Amino acid sequence: MTPKTAHHPIIQVRDLDFAYGDTKALSNISMDIEEKKVTALIGPSGCGKTTLLRCFNRMNDLIDNARILKGHIKVSNVDIYGENIDEIELRKYIGMVFQKSNPFPKTIYENIAYGLRIQGVRKKTLLDEVVEECLRGAALWNEVKDRLSESALSISGGQQQRLCIARALAVKPKILLMDEPCSALDPIATAKVEELIHQLKKDYTIVIVTHNMQQAARVSDKTAFFYVGELIEYSKTDDIFMNPSDPQTEAYVSGRFG
Amino acid sequence: MQMHINKFTKRPARDAAVENLLITSFRIATYLIVIAAGCIFVNITYNGAKAVFQAEAPFVNIGFLTQKPQTLHVYEPKAIFFEQNAVNKQIVALEQQSEALAYSKNSDKEILSIQEEIAGLKARNKMLEKARKSGRLLYSDSEYQKLEALPDPENYIYNNYAYSGGGIGPAIIGTCLLVIGSITIALLLGVLCAIFLSEYSRPGKTLQLVRLSILNLSGVPSIVFGLFGFGIFVLFFGWGVSLIAGWFTLAIMALPVIITASEESMRSIPKGFREGSLALGASEWTTIRTNVLPYALPGILTSSIMGIARVAGETAPIMFTAAFALRDQLPWQGLEKPSDFFFQGVMALPYHIYVVSSKIPQNEYTRNMQYGTAFVFLCIVGAFALSSILLRIRLRSKYRW
Repeated sequence: MTPKTAHHPIIQVRDLDFAYGDTKALSNISMDIEEKKVTALIGPSGCGKTTLLRCFNRMNDLIDNARILKGHIKVSNVDIYGENIDEIELRKYIGMVFQKSNPFPKTIYENIAYGLRIQGVRKKTLLDEVVEECLRGAALWNEVKDRLSESALSISGGQQQRLCIARALAVKPKILLMDEPCSALDPIATAKVEELIHQLKKDYTIVIVTHNMQQAARVSDKTAFFYVGELIEYSKTDDIFMNPSDPQTEAYVSGRFG
Repeated sequence: MQMHINKFTKRPARDAAVENLLITSFRIATYLIVIAAGCIFVNITYNGAKAVFQAEAPFVNIGFLTQKPQTLHVYEPKAIFFEQNAVNKQIVALEQQSEALAYSKNSDKEILSIQEEIAGLKARNKMLEKARKSGRLLYSDSEYQKLEALPDPENYIYNNYAYSGGGIGPAIIGTCLLVIGSITIALLLGVLCAIFLSEYSRPGKTLQLVRLSILNLSGVPSIVFGLFGFGIFVLFFGWGVSLIAGWFTLAIMALPVIITASEESMRSIPKGFREGSLALGASEWTTIRTNVLPYALPGILTSSIMGIARVAGETAPIMFTAAFALRDQLPWQGLEKPSDFFFQGVMALPYHIYVVSSKIPQNEYTRNMQYGTAFVFLCIVGAFALSSILLRIRLRSKYRW
């Protein structure tokens, strides 16, 4: 990856058209995502926000006949759909947290260590260090430090989701993609995750997809509103919620549809 | 009495009766199956236990489990033998007489007296049978060779019966070797194929064709596999009737079950595990190795249980490819070089049952051998399946989600 110049957006999307088979999912998307900011993608179900998110780390490659029709995405100034791109390296650079928390059915320790182990790290001291660092980073250390060798499925849903965030931190990504990370959590667990997002933004660029507009308003610096595969409006979060320029955006954020 | 009708009034009697009838028929079908299976097992266990177990310590007939099949040499007491023959002849004559009388009128009394006579003779015959069994001398081939003096031909009548003496040691060993080898090959090939089908293949015409052929493979009669193995492995590859030809033939037979079930159990692993791993920068193979295969293993083992049950019981595929009716040496004896191990025929339990029950004249001694073999065979298949199940339980408790 080329080093990022100051003031340059870390993710650049230009004229992106994306389709599943014959069904167009995204059309003509152009947006810049700034470094070390939280960007929220909002919009009604099926508007393409998750699709866009999964384009950033090429998770859509796993879906048969999903393809980019035109346009490109640059991450740190590299076209990630260009030639000579190893999606494995890309995914180390861009971590992802999923809607349904998906800790592996291993111990808490092994969940965090997994990202390093697959890179061939065997040194116990290094692993211990990273596990503690990541769990602290995800504000989970104090809750699980005595039960690292227990199954990751024995902790609560909110803790599991933060464990997944911690797991993503272990491979030292620059960008974190979050796909509705709180949709399955209760308000208290949600508040903890949101607090965590606030802390993480110091070190990471975060892109979060959410259905919850209050959440977008609380955690994000910039917000993008999508509707039927198109980017309707993209600007500072305050502007989107207080002073939307597009009538569709206004209708959505004020709860009149969606 | 006036029926009180409300929203929750009981259904009309006829509907309820039909439903009850249906439930009863489901129940009866289930019980019938259980009873049929139970009868088979009890019959084989009861008759087979006579051959395998014995009254004195060590209670297990070790000779039966370890010796090779031998010709049985039988000496029966002459006097009893002749008397029994005479009694049998008398019974037959009397029965004919009574049948002839049945056509003439007013012969009820005579028939009754004849029947009484027959009953008496039959009781006598039973006694003689007992005396014959306790008085006879049985020698297996090896014992026979060692005899210093043969029993007095004045007092004894001599007979010999093929395959009725000795034991089934080489067949037990042969079956175990066949099962272990073929399951190893089938699991290896089957899991590789299932990984490709479930993880790497893209849907399309080719994949449908592959699936269809696997499905068809599971419907092919076993004798066809036998002929196929004979043509390819025995003749074309020139392996001869050998262990390795049997392995591959049986492995191909077990493959469809193993592939289908392994693929199914890999598909049932939640997508989240795969995505979580891939999103951390794992390659597809790393993901499969660390996050799919371990969790799918219990399911794969279940399928291997089915594979074992199927493979171990087949006679037709090994008839032309691997099985010898009688082999003097155990598989590890008399090898010129180690590789010969794979290129030798072996004895196998199902083939042994087949040979003993269809290729040689039946007599009172073969029955023991057949049931004993069937019983041991059931026990071996059961043991293989049990160890698979135990392994699966252990794995499942290790990886639970």
